[in-house]
Formats: sequence, structure tokens, C-alpha cells
Amino acid sequence: MNKVGIAAYGITPFTKDDKKIESILFESAKNLFANNPKIEKNEIDAVLVSTNNNSKYLAPILSESLGIQPKTAHSIENLCNSGTNSIVSAYSYIASGLADMVLVSGAERYDSPGQILDWDNSRGEFKHPIFWASIFTSSYKRKFSVTDEQLALVSVKNHSHAQNNPNALSKKTYSVQNVIDSKKITEDIRLLDCSRSCTGSASIILASENMIKKITDQPIWVSGVGQKTISAGFTKNESFYSMESTKHATKIALQMAGKKIEDVNVAEVHDAFSVCEPMALEAIGMSNPGEGTTLVKELYETKNLKINPRGGLIGCGHPLGATGIAQTIEITQQLQNNAEKRQIENANVGLVHNMSAAATSSTILVLEK
Amino acid sequence: MSFEEEISKGNFLIPECTVCKKLVWPPAEYCNDCMGKTTLKEGNFQGKIIEFSKQNEDYFCIVEMEDSFRIIAKITKEPRIDQMVKISKCGINEGNYFFEVS
Ligand SMILES: [Zn+2]
Repeated sequence: MNKVGIAAYGITPFTKDDKKIESILFESAKNLFANNPKIEKNEIDAVLVSTNNNSKYLAPILSESLGIQPKTAHSIENLCNSGTNSIVSAYSYIASGLADMVLVSGAERYDSPGQILDWDNSRGEFKHPIFWASIFTSSYKRKFSVTDEQLALVSVKNHSHAQNNPNALSKKTYSVQNVIDSKKITEDIRLLDCSRSCTGSASIILASENMIKKITDQPIWVSGVGQKTISAGFTKNESFYSMESTKHATKIALQMAGKKIEDVNVAEVHDAFSVCEPMALEAIGMSNPGEGTTLVKELYETKNLKINPRGGLIGCGHPLGATGIAQTIEITQQLQNNAEKRQIENANVGLVHNMSAAATSSTILVLEK
Repeated sequence: MSFEEEISKGNFLIPECTVCKKLVWPPAEYCNDCMGKTTLKEGNFQGKIIEFSKQNEDYFCIVEMEDSFRIIAKITKEPRIDQMVKISKCGINEGNYFFEVS
């Protein structure tokens, strides 16, 4: 397999703006080219668009609006982990030799149809994500005797991190009490426990070793890729207090990279709801089962930005198709020492965790300098 | 007769594989194990509450049916984990299935 690296990126602010999907997509790609003048647009072999938007033929549309004629152009949809699925596809095109340079652009509108999986009738009338999140939270609290206050700290921490990220939706910090006092969505979750749908876009260019040298002297390599799909339906999850697909995906990705979880200096994990962060930390092996909130507390109290430095989904907002790409951009910036106020010291190995529909499927990427 | 026709009339039937006898869920014409044809099985099915939460006055719970598959159902009285229940009401409302247990 050819080595594959990240050569360039571009991102937009995450907002509640009402814009056309085509315009949102274009914005982050435009930023990417503006920031990386060495890229020869005509050398892009493939354009992959990550979105849950129902518009058709978006990759050829984006290509045409960028004035390029790639060999391959198509969309990729896999609910909330569409973004990293697109990156894995780009990786595969390059690793196989089918392409040398691939543009991956993800975008979503605040009113994305990707929030509800209509097919999943086993959920009855409880199809909105707040219901699986409530079941996860209830199950996690029961299994490990964890409190609402301990979980609320995830939201406090990630909103706080987001204040150092100019592209984040959140412009405010909150206390544990603010989270507890925020609107009660169900018995088990509050409004501030939720990541919010929003409008935003993120683009990234992956390239082969030869191509990447022409574009950047700070390439970040994709050294590990792991994926697992358990089911489509939420109720087929093996447990409601752990992320089984994430465990499998992490094992595969770390093995491919030849790394242990202890080697990872910085990670973006998929905190769609507060409870997801400790569950993810446990699934990737950074915490023992039931001890994820202990790590969250320790990180918060020591102002350690290691987990979700950009603010995670809760702090940044969650434009579904853009999220996995935005997470990957954050880890890229961290490893390049370009993360400004969010910078973690000595970041050499990073990890991205992106999942869909209550962790019924997960992607893990390991990135290295 | 299809699962949807029956549930829209308030009847909860479970598809069973005519070849390997496995209960097939979500409802499908063919078995997801041996690909055999399924048929709808009637019965006084048992459910067990695995987990629950509450929104406003209503509880919603994960119910494991016949030790085989799970659904999310409404229950009006406060549930207990491992409580045995039966489907008391089901149907289709605005395109979505709904289940109630007691
Ligand atoms: Zn069968």
C-alpha cells in the first residue's frame, strides 16, 4: 500500500446560517485552496463529498464550481461518521494507486435530514437521537453509579475548549450547575448535554508521498484506520453503556499504526451527548470501564486540552457530514503545532473517533507527524 | 398478510423463518440468517424491560421480546429493570410504529 498523508485543509465557522448546501461546500474548499497556493487544482484525481443532505450529484457540482475535472467524483453518506468514511475512501484510492490526490469536502445544513434514521422502526415513536442518548445515559449511570453532575462536566469542559476555537458554534462557558439547570429534554439529559445541529463545512486534501512533498513541508500521515459496523438499528447494540463498534475499530487502527493507546497524545472523540465522551474514552482504552468521567474531571481541573481540544461536538456544533473532517483537521493542526491557543505540547500521535447512530458504527483514525 | 398490515390494525405478530425457525427482526420477508422465507407468528409474546428513561409523564423503555430482539416502547407506570411485560397497544402513527407495554 502507498503511504497516505494529509496535505491541506480548509474549514468554515459552524453557525445556524440558512445557506445552500452547494455554497457551504464550496466555502471550505475555497479556504483550502486560499491557504495552500502550491496545490495544482488539475492534479486532483478524485473529489468526495460527505453529507446527509438529500441533494444529488454534489461531488460533480463541487468539482465544476472549483473548475476541475477529476477522474472520480461521488458522495458518501453514513450519518454522523460520513466525514471519516470519506477520508477512509480517499485513503483507499491513494493507497491502492488509483489516485494521487483526493479532495474530501463535508458539509451540512442546520436542518439536516441525517438526524433521524427513518428506517429504524424498532425505536417506535422514539426515533430522535435524544432517546438513544437518554437510554445510554440511564444505562451508564445505573451500571457505573455515575451522577448527572459528573456527566455535566463533559459539557462544561468542551464549551470551555470551544472558546479558543474561532470556528466553534459555542460562544459561552457554562458551570456544572448551568448544565443541570438547562432545559430538561428527558429525565436523563439536559439541553446543554447535547451537541447541536448546525451549518458548516470542512475540506481536506489527502495525497500520496510523492504528491504531498510538492504541497507541504508539514505532512501528517494517516498511519492507522479502523472501522466497525455492529448494526443499523439502535436496539441491536450489544450494550447501552459501552461502545462496542468503537472498541473494535480502535483495536484495528492501533494495530495498523503499530501504536498503543498510551502513545496517543491528543484525541477528538465523538461527544454527540455528554455521556458519549466517557463511553468513548473507555472504548478507545484511555479509561477503564466506568472511569471515563474521572479522566474528564482530571483533564478539566488541570486545564489539559488532550481530549477534544477544538471543543468536541458539544462545543463546536455538529454539522454531520463535516464533523469527522473537522475532527481530523483539528488533530492535523495539533500535530503540526498550528493549533494556536488550543495547542497541546509535544503532540506526535493523534486519534480521531467518529461514530454514527448510537455507536452502531465507528471509525478510528490514527494520525502521526 | 404483512407485518405492517397487522400492526396498523393493532396486532403484534413476529416474523419467523420457515426454514431455521429463527425470529426475524426488524420484520422482513426473508431470514437474515439463512435467507429463508418468513411467516408471521401469532402469540402472547413476553417482553423484559432492559433499560428506561422518561420524557414528561411517559416512560420509554428498551424491551427485549422473547429473549430475541429489542424495541423501544412506552409504559405509563414506573418500570423496573427485568420487569416482564406484554405489548398492550401497537400501531402506526404518522409513518412511525408505536409500541406500548404494560
Ligand atoms: Zn432462517
